[in-house]
Parts: sequence; structure tokens; C-alpha cells
Amino acid sequence: MTRPGRPGPPGAREIAIVAFAQTRHRRATPELSEPEMLLPVLREALDQAGLRPGEAGFTCSGSSDYLAGRPFSFTMALDTVGAWPPVAESHVEMDGAWALYEAWVKLLTGEADTALVYAHGTSSSGELRDVLTRQLDPYCTAPLWPDPVALAALQAQALIDAGETDEAALARIAVRSRAAAATNPYAQLRGPVPAGDYVVRPLRTGDCPPVGDGAAAVVLAAGDDARRRCARPAWIRGMDHRAEPHALGVRDLTDSVSTRLAAERAGAFDAPADTAELHAPFTSQEVVLRKALRLADGVAVNPSGGPLAANPVMAAGLIRLGEAAARIHRGESGRALAHATSGPCLQQNLVAVLEGPEREERP
Amino acid sequence: MPDVLTAPLVVEFPFTRSLGPVLSAFLTGLRERVVLGIRTRDGRVLVPPAEYDPVTGEDLHALVRTAATGTVTTWAWNPAPRRGQPLATPFAWVLVRLDGADTALLHALDAPGPEAVRTGLRVRVRWAARRTGAITDIACFEPCPPGTDAPAGPAVPHDGVFPDPVTILTTPARLDYTYTPGRALGRHLAALADRRITGERCPSCHKVYVPPRGACPTCAVATGEQVEVGPRGTVTTFCVVNIKARNLTIDVPYVYAHIALDGAGLALHGRIAGIPCDQVRMGLRVEPVWTGDARHPDHYRPTGEPDAAYDTYKELL
Ligand SMILES: [Zn+2]
Repeated sequence: MTRPGRPGPPGAREIAIVAFAQTRHRRATPELSEPEMLLPVLREALDQAGLRPGEAGFTCSGSSDYLAGRPFSFTMALDTVGAWPPVAESHVEMDGAWALYEAWVKLLTGEADTALVYAHGTSSSGELRDVLTRQLDPYCTAPLWPDPVALAALQAQALIDAGETDEAALARIAVRSRAAAATNPYAQLRGPVPAGDYVVRPLRTGDCPPVGDGAAAVVLAAGDDARRRCARPAWIRGMDHRAEPHALGVRDLTDSVSTRLAAERAGAFDAPADTAELHAPFTSQEVVLRKALRLADGVAVNPSGGPLAANPVMAAGLIRLGEAAARIHRGESGRALAHATSGPCLQQNLVAVLEGPEREERP
Repeated sequence: MPDVLTAPLVVEFPFTRSLGPVLSAFLTGLRERVVLGIRTRDGRVLVPPAEYDPVTGEDLHALVRTAATGTVTTWAWNPAPRRGQPLATPFAWVLVRLDGADTALLHALDAPGPEAVRTGLRVRVRWAARRTGAITDIACFEPCPPGTDAPAGPAVPHDGVFPDPVTILTTPARLDYTYTPGRALGRHLAALADRRITGERCPSCHKVYVPPRGACPTCAVATGEQVEVGPRGTVTTFCVVNIKARNLTIDVPYVYAHIALDGAGLALHGRIAGIPCDQVRMGLRVEPVWTGDARHPDHYRPTGEPDAAYDTYKELL
């Protein structure tokens, strides 16, 4: 349990998100290599935090070679961080939100005072619906090539059967998300799109995220270092991630036990949040997450537009943490939840609780 | 901006996986038209069988046989099947709880249209004609004909023993990509088409990267100024290749070398020919040999100049 009035787990260092930058996400970026896409984003985040390239105490990134089909592509991306002479560096083959988790733990240990976290994905190089089948159980599931829309549609139908939503309610989530993105210059879809035809029934094109390329970067800093680098640091009050059993048929697809558990352990239920950035790529998944996170009606859900407005795979979860932190930086939020997911039907879930300085305990 | 270069890139290889006792029994069972599940300590039957209880983590051994009939627990109509999926015509993805099981199996349901599918529908396995010990031995599910849809009884214990069990699963995987080189490498490749080798200079430390990747890894800034290098260069180090690579027509032995082109801040690699292998040496001066309409030099050959002094290339080793 977190102690009220003080960021982080009991007795731990205070750690905050002090900078966030992202690309203007697009359907395709054939004129740029991944390092070329990353470079301006990293520079923008470092500039915000007042760090020179290579100066961060720790660097951690998230990406997947399967997206662009280029083995060890993350080593190429290291060209952009000032990695020579060598820096302390790590990589996760996951969404960048999990890279942020690793960096947070690194700072908690006291081995570093600042960290650069980044993520990128070039989904346009391949067929994303085929590529993502390769993350599934290789014995009983992957040989059937079930794509992420198909699996999300099974979850959506389960929710409809349970009376928890219907197609009209899902369409309203899609419209609300993309209308919110009108004020987000980085979003790929910046206004409502037609509900469209069924991709896999009951999900229509409007219920699915846009496929696109993008990158994001975040800077973490500890204690007074964070206060120097940012007027309103977004303090990480707690963060946890949990996974569901891997077999889809074992799970109750209408619920997200792992999200609820991660939220509990992150302290999400200790006080109400005013904002939630949810990594729900499909409209139906927002229904599941609202329930698991017990979000009240007044909470601003995905004011950025969320992944229905821009979903650069491997970066979209990190962007949720960044967008929630940016709301705090701008004084638009005092306490925000950020959620990231990985795998089919909300397989694995990360929840972070961020707070602005007005909730800090002052000595 | 010049036209963006693109190239098809196919990543294709078979994954070979050992199965272990539980999945071996399950997949061998499918080959024999038998569906096996596994019973947890609290009595639940999992199909497909898990090696460990997803709730408690206990290892599981109690195999049971379930029926090949079951009930749809959720479904999704797929109007446009994709490569590799169980059916080539529109079908429903389904989770099916087989009679005798407590969990559901993912597969396809062959049905005339979405109006013929609902949660609660009674279905049965349609076996593949040719079965090898794989989840695709179930070709798909199909609706139970009227009058044959009474649920079967509970699962019964099974020893999981079959003749000639399947122990290895080989699954092919193919993914198709379009490769694009990006700004810096794209310009480099465009120059190569004119038989010019170009790098890019770091605006901060002035090092010239060949081939350029768009950023200086020391300074973390974009490289921009295009610099023509070579065509002559110096062998900084080399090796003699004695093993013939598949799909290569080059005879062994041959020399593969790092070559610092004049003006370049790092060495690139290439083959050395036109000189016996045992006479190639560090400091040897070489130049590219272009053949046909290939975009890269076929190889490098000696120029006949005196060898470069060690001090001129020691930083590029
Ligand atoms: Zn430089």
C-alpha cells in the first residue's frame, strides 16, 4: 500500500515523469528509417528535461522486430541516443510502457537518477493483423492465425451477450475518442470516422484502431532532480503489471482480473482520479477497463483520443503514460491513471498512478 | 524528395518445438480423433490441456477424454478469411466448451452466415481428412444436425497413451514485408546506382559514416551533408573464407575484408579478388570493381599503389 502524501512505494525514492514527446503518428513513414523517426522525438524529450544525449543515467526502450521484420532493429535505434561511448541501456520486446516500468525500478534502486525511455513501431512495413498472430500460443492457437481483430471481436460478442454493451454503445466510444483527438495534433485520426462495415463482427472499422507508425519518449527523474527539471512533475505514486492465463478459453473475457489487481497494487483505488488514459485499442476493451478500474462517470477517459485515434504498436502504451503525465505537467490533472496492455484481449495489463505536486507532502 | 526505394522482404521459416507429455498426448489424440483434456485438483477440466494449473500453478497429469461435441461460448463472424486461417470461405471464429470440459477451445465454425450462429449453439468437430498431430487436425467445427444435439456425458479418465506419439511440432510461419531504407540509406543507395559511394558527415564531430544510417551514435544528431568517398580505400583487416555459403556462386577460399574508403570515418566490408589469398594484407590499397547493373561493387581489387601506413588507418580498425 502506498503511504498518503508521498510518491512511490513506502520508503522508496520519489520518481516522476518530467518530459514526454511523440511523433505525429501516420499511416506510413516510408521516407524514414526507425532511427530517423526516433531522433527528433528523443531530442524533444531530452530538451524538455534539460538533458544532453547520453547524459541520462539509464536508457530503456520497447519495440518488436516482428513489426518491420528486421532482426535486432532496436540496436540500430541506439544510434539515436548517444550510445557511444557505451551507456547503461536495456530493451524489452514489449510496449514501451514496460520499458518505463524497468526504468522506474532502476531508479528505485538508486542506481540512476534519470532515465530515458522510448518506444517505436513501424506497423506499415508488414501486415499487422498477420504479424500479431505470431505472439500467440504456438501449439494450439497460432497455427490457426487468429488475428487481433478476430480475438477482440470474440471478447466484444461476450460483452454483448452479457448485456454489458451493444454495438451502439461501442460506436459512441469510437466517436467520443476521435472527437477528443481533434485537439491532439499528434493523433492519426482527429475526428469521428464512419462506423463502417464489419471487420470481424461485431466489430466494425470504427471500433478498430488505425494502423500506423510512430514513436514516443519519456524522461524519468528522481526527487529534487525531478523538481529542477519540471515545474509540475508527474509523480509515479505506484505502478504494477499483471497477466491473465494465456489460454483465451480459460478467461472470463468480460472482465480483466489482471487490470484490477495491478490497479490495486499501484494504489489506484486509494483516491479518485480525474483522468484515465486507457490503452484500449478496440472500443469493447474500454468497457472492460472502465469496470476493472471502477472509473466514475466524471473521470476524463482518453482526453487525448486514446489508441482509437493513434495506435503505433509498441509505443501506444507508453503514450498513455506520457499523455497522463503531460496533463499533470500542464496543470489539467491532479491525479491520473495510465494503463497499458499487451497481447490479445487485454492479456497483460500495466497500471500506473500519477499525481501532481499539489498532492505532495511538504515538510 | 526522390522516389522512396522499396523492396519486398519475406521472412519465412519453420518453427520446430518439442511438445512435452501433455501437449504430445493432446495433439496425438487429435490425430486419432480423440479430444483430451486435463483435470485440475479442484476438478475442473481444461481443454486444450494445460501443463500447469492456470490458477494455482500446480503441475497437472490427470488426462481425461471429452466429447467431440460442445457449445459455443462466444463467436465472431469473419467475412474475409486471411492466409493460414482454418477456412478459405467466410466463417465464425468460436470459443467452444466441449461436453465434459470447463474451459473453451478456440477454432473456426463452418456456417452459412452470421444468422446461423449464436452463443449457445451446439457444435461438433469436423475432423481433417489428413491428420498429423496438430490443432489443425480439427478442420473446424460445424453445427450439430437437429436431433443430435444432446450434450454428451462427463469426461472420462484416459492414459494418454497412443502408438507412435507425436513429440515434435513443426509449424511454418511466413510474414511478408515491404522494406524501405529511410532517408540516409536511401540517398546512399541512389548514389550507388550511379556507381558512386557516399556517406554522411556528422555536423558535430565531422565523422563520415559509410553507409550512413541517419544519425551519429556518438553525438545523437542527424547526419545530413552527403559526402562522396573513395573510390579507393585501404584494407584495415580481413579473413579468408573457407566455407561456401548456400546460394553463393563464389568459389572458396576467398578474402573478406574491412575496407576504409578514402574520406570515410569507418570501414565497410567487401570481397577482395585479383590477388592470391595469401598475399592480402592490412594496408593493401584497393578499388571497387562494378559488374553488370548490380547496385553494389562485385568486389575490390588491388590498385598497385604502395601499402598505406598503419598510422593512417589504425583508428578505423
Ligand atoms: Zn558525431
